[in-house]
Amino acid sequence: MNVTLLFLAVIGAIIAWWMAGQRLTSKPWLEASPVQTATGLEDPPAPAIKIGLYVFLGVVGALFSLFISAYFMRMASSDWWGMPVPRLLWVNTALLATSSAALQWAKSEARHGRMGNLRPALVAGLLLAALFLAGQIEAWRDLNAAGYVLADNPANSFFYILTGLHGLHILGGLVVTGRTTVRAFAADIAPARLRLSVDLCTLYSHFMLAVWLILFALFAGWANDFVDLCRQLLS
Amino acid sequence: MFPYANMLSYWIYLLAVLILAAGFFAPGGPTGAGWTLYPPQSVLSGTPGGQDWGILLMLSSLIVFIIGFTMGGLNYVVTVLQGRARGMTLMRMPLTVWGIFTATVMALLAFPALFVACVMMLFDRLLGTSFFMPAIVEMGTQLQHGGGSPILFQHLFWFFGHPEVYIVALPAFGIVSDLISTHARKNIFGYRMMVWAIVIIAALSFVVWAHHMYVSGMNPAFGFFFATTTLIIAVPTAIKVYNWVLTLWRGDIHLTLPMLFALAFIVTFVNGGLTGLFLGNVVVDVPLSDTMFVVAHFHMVMGVAPILVVFGAIYHWYPKVTGRMLNDVLGHIHYWTTFLGAYAIFFPMHYLGLLGVPRRYYEIGETSFVPPSAHTLNIFITVMALVVGAAQVVFLFNLVWSLFRGREAGGNPWRATTLEWQTPQTPPAHGNWGKDLPIVYRWAYDYSVPGAPEDFIPQTQPATDRVTREVMT
Repeated sequence: MNVTLLFLAVIGAIIAWWMAGQRLTSKPWLEASPVQTATGLEDPPAPAIKIGLYVFLGVVGALFSLFISAYFMRMASSDWWGMPVPRLLWVNTALLATSSAALQWAKSEARHGRMGNLRPALVAGLLLAALFLAGQIEAWRDLNAAGYVLADNPANSFFYILTGLHGLHILGGLVVTGRTTVRAFAADIAPARLRLSVDLCTLYSHFMLAVWLILFALFAGWANDFVDLCRQLLS
Repeated sequence: MFPYANMLSYWIYLLAVLILAAGFFAPGGPTGAGWTLYPPQSVLSGTPGGQDWGILLMLSSLIVFIIGFTMGGLNYVVTVLQGRARGMTLMRMPLTVWGIFTATVMALLAFPALFVACVMMLFDRLLGTSFFMPAIVEMGTQLQHGGGSPILFQHLFWFFGHPEVYIVALPAFGIVSDLISTHARKNIFGYRMMVWAIVIIAALSFVVWAHHMYVSGMNPAFGFFFATTTLIIAVPTAIKVYNWVLTLWRGDIHLTLPMLFALAFIVTFVNGGLTGLFLGNVVVDVPLSDTMFVVAHFHMVMGVAPILVVFGAIYHWYPKVTGRMLNDVLGHIHYWTTFLGAYAIFFPMHYLGLLGVPRRYYEIGETSFVPPSAHTLNIFITVMALVVGAAQVVFLFNLVWSLFRGREAGGNPWRATTLEWQTPQTPPAHGNWGKDLPIVYRWAYDYSVPGAPEDFIPQTQPATDRVTREVMT
């Protein structure tokens, strides 16, 4: 559970940092405020939906870090054989990274209000992410054909379950980004609302890219040396 | 802040309950895996539902529930963060809201562990993987599984399971603080300490999970670590108990039904918490772990105590929800039967546990080390459980009867300070406040302020110079 505890420590640090700014040491019983100056929340709050996305990403992060914890704990048993990483995954990684970059481009175009460039950027991000998903499914089929089936070995099981879960999250992102793209093509655009949507899609896309990179490092075995090091430090 | 997600969360929750209840009608009946669902036992053919629909419906129900909860949880957290009334700083929030808020954050981080465990177990059961399933011979046939780790499931389960205890307890802690303060007409003692204790308990509760696993065969060094953290978490919890008692001290205590339930909670919680200190130590836990002592501890601290708070909360807020008071006489019958009855049920279990009577058996039969008196005690427990169950019918009747015949409550029958009691209508109309949202000028506990005309000042009332000065000095 070390990975999960590490993740929770990061979340805890963020919460602690945020709470430090909330005057938790104030003495509320001494500060009844007169009519004119009701304190607190004077500056316009951040859009609720953005905070909502941050919290949601926290939940998704917890989900994946728990799976990764389980991965390492199961790995310790003797029936674990590593599985080869299909070449296709490199292509998929590149696709997902470009998709994320395209959305970043869309974000900056939206910020400057250039709708003409925003649309192709969004479509590019959408298509590349869809291609990534198709590529992942193709990788599954290759592996299956090569005899690396789900129930054969725990390494295989984890590969399918983790890529599947990540794929579902990408699919969810695709639906939302798709809706944003449709809105960008609509006749009556509300620029502020659209900018926020593009912002959030980009954030989500970057996060899922980061998750994928970690998973990829896990499957390729690069993370193992690092984990061994941590294990030695802990024991 | 997200009404749509909140509503969706409710309907998904209902769907999860229906899936769970469907287990009773499925071929093979509901799962016999208990609430901990430990593999390999839970998915083998010897367990009811293990190779039938039972376990599948149970796991699917949990997965659907967690998806639904996540939506509602996001709504709660973001609403507390972004949807507060003007002037409502975090340190002016009632402790009820603090408790629910913190518990929701915890749940958002803890439920994924159960989700992961359920998904992996579904894979083991349906697709033949071996995440949790070791090599096993069932009824003379070798199963296909091999190498899986049942302990891994226990780690995931309890990584969710222990925070879950506090997910239930923290809202109860918050609610009971508000009940005591309101019905003792005194500000809550050590408000800041109460808030900090809630946050510290929440953080610590993520590093105590393996104290449920002392007898699972894990590394003994872990046991030492987890015993230490378990005993440390008792410190902020004890601070809260002291603060409740000190709030009562020299208060103008009104023995209303909410107050009675709050007092019953304190007693019961201390009782269950102390046996928790016993069980938190590895050497004490190992002999007691599989006995009725654990059943007694668990039901006192997590079963009875929070439910007493839920009852107290219902008696407290029912007038705001419906505009009518719950009947007092029926309420007292309900209270005394439930409170004393719960002790009659669960207190004897401590003795049974010390005798070595094992838990999880519905019948003990002829066992030499169990004396006949233990059987008599078991009969007594059963009778008392039926009596307490019957008392809940009185409560349900009261809920319905008072809806039509209860005494009119008025807007603020308890003369409480918090926002919900200041709404223009009772029961509150849609949106609660009409056109103008309230502005908050003070904290939630201005009871019996010296120099104030009444013994409470609502949060919506601005400070006049006179009162402020007297409070300051």
